[in-house]
Amino acid sequence: MIPGAFEYHAPSSLGEATALLARLGDDAKILSGGQSLIPLMKLRLAAPRHLVDINGLPGLAYVREEGGALRIGGLTREVDLDESELVRTRYPLLADTCRVIADPIVRNLATIGGNLAHGDPANDHPAAMLAFGAEIVAVGAGGERKIPAGSFFTGPLTTALKPDEIVVEVRVPSPRPRSGGAYVKMERKVGDFATAAVAVQLTLAADGTCEQVGIGLTNVGPVPIKAAQAEAALRGKRPDEAAIKQAAQLAAEAARPEADLRGPVEYKKDLVRVLTGRALRRALERAQRGG
Amino acid sequence: MLVKVAINGEKHQAEVEPRLLLVHMIRETLGLTGTHIGCDTSHCGACTVLLDGRPVKSCTVFAVQAHGREITTVEGLEQDGKLHPLQEGFMAEHGLQCGYCTPGMLMTGVAFLKKNPRPTEDEIRWAISGNLCRCTGYVNIVKAIQHAAARLQGGA
Repeated sequence: MIPGAFEYHAPSSLGEATALLARLGDDAKILSGGQSLIPLMKLRLAAPRHLVDINGLPGLAYVREEGGALRIGGLTREVDLDESELVRTRYPLLADTCRVIADPIVRNLATIGGNLAHGDPANDHPAAMLAFGAEIVAVGAGGERKIPAGSFFTGPLTTALKPDEIVVEVRVPSPRPRSGGAYVKMERKVGDFATAAVAVQLTLAADGTCEQVGIGLTNVGPVPIKAAQAEAALRGKRPDEAAIKQAAQLAAEAARPEADLRGPVEYKKDLVRVLTGRALRRALERAQRGG
Repeated sequence: MLVKVAINGEKHQAEVEPRLLLVHMIRETLGLTGTHIGCDTSHCGACTVLLDGRPVKSCTVFAVQAHGREITTVEGLEQDGKLHPLQEGFMAEHGLQCGYCTPGMLMTGVAFLKKNPRPTEDEIRWAISGNLCRCTGYVNIVKAIQHAAARLQGGA
């Protein structure tokens, strides 16, 4: 399959890239890892007239803790997140997530910025970032702004990004003591999109009650879903089996899946219930072990 | 656009359209047909090559993105008439039937063993999970990689 013709641009600075994007507007697409965009172009579902390749922009691939947050450069490859000791030891939700995105070879090119900016509700980072309460830092011709994950995903394959904006950083709040997280994904085979997946990040209070909890759902709606009622049901409560079951039920009710080859609506909703329970139990175990 | 790359240590250059995929440049422009096109949708991994040492699916990279970089294809594994230990492993353990997935399996396997010279079976299976074999030969592919790991450990 051959993509449609396009003009290729390889800017060498962020300023040059955003100026190009501002000039080209909707005619341009950003090429980051390319692992979603190039297949779409080969299938002719996307036919941008201009590609702005940001892979040559310096200083956008890093993982470090700073100012109470894990800061991940937008061009950071999934493989580098997966191999980061910092991510493995301090951010288990993120470690779980980047290990199940596509397959190991795709993860050598795929970037976290692209995974988010693509706005696909089937992608895995969006639910994780909703659960974390992360912030996405975008730079455009007019400057920089921070967008909370909760208001980033506005529709199917649509985000709050303007055409000239590039995701330069993702900021994940650093975990307080007694925190844990988990991402549990059901996929038919490696490389498939999730039939459903659930991200959980929580913090326990000293008395063992649930001080803070975030729950994000993958591929069960037109956008990644924050299961706010399930979160509210757990907050301030002791996360015992009854509370977990109730939260899992509420998460299932928040899901708005469509029937497809991966299963009917009822199955997917019930899967969200089961996966939410598993993710909550795993996150709790990690929070208790770490605390 | 003019693209300059080093493939298997040799410098090449070609005038290409930006939409030319890396796998097509490798196979058609440069005539290195060891790299296969399987699914053409970034699922099967038959087209896997090393880009600056990392395995990538060359059907999902534009040739222009490889400008100034180093590519290794299956043709680059043999050195001075001697097969790579992983190629020997595929022969010794019957790691292929039709051979279609083999170049991709080899490239993934070579990069993986560099990173993880003493892998467990689970780690091997995880590493090749982006490379599909339709002859259901995974058992022998795993054995082939183990064979190579042992050989490389022994300094052969």
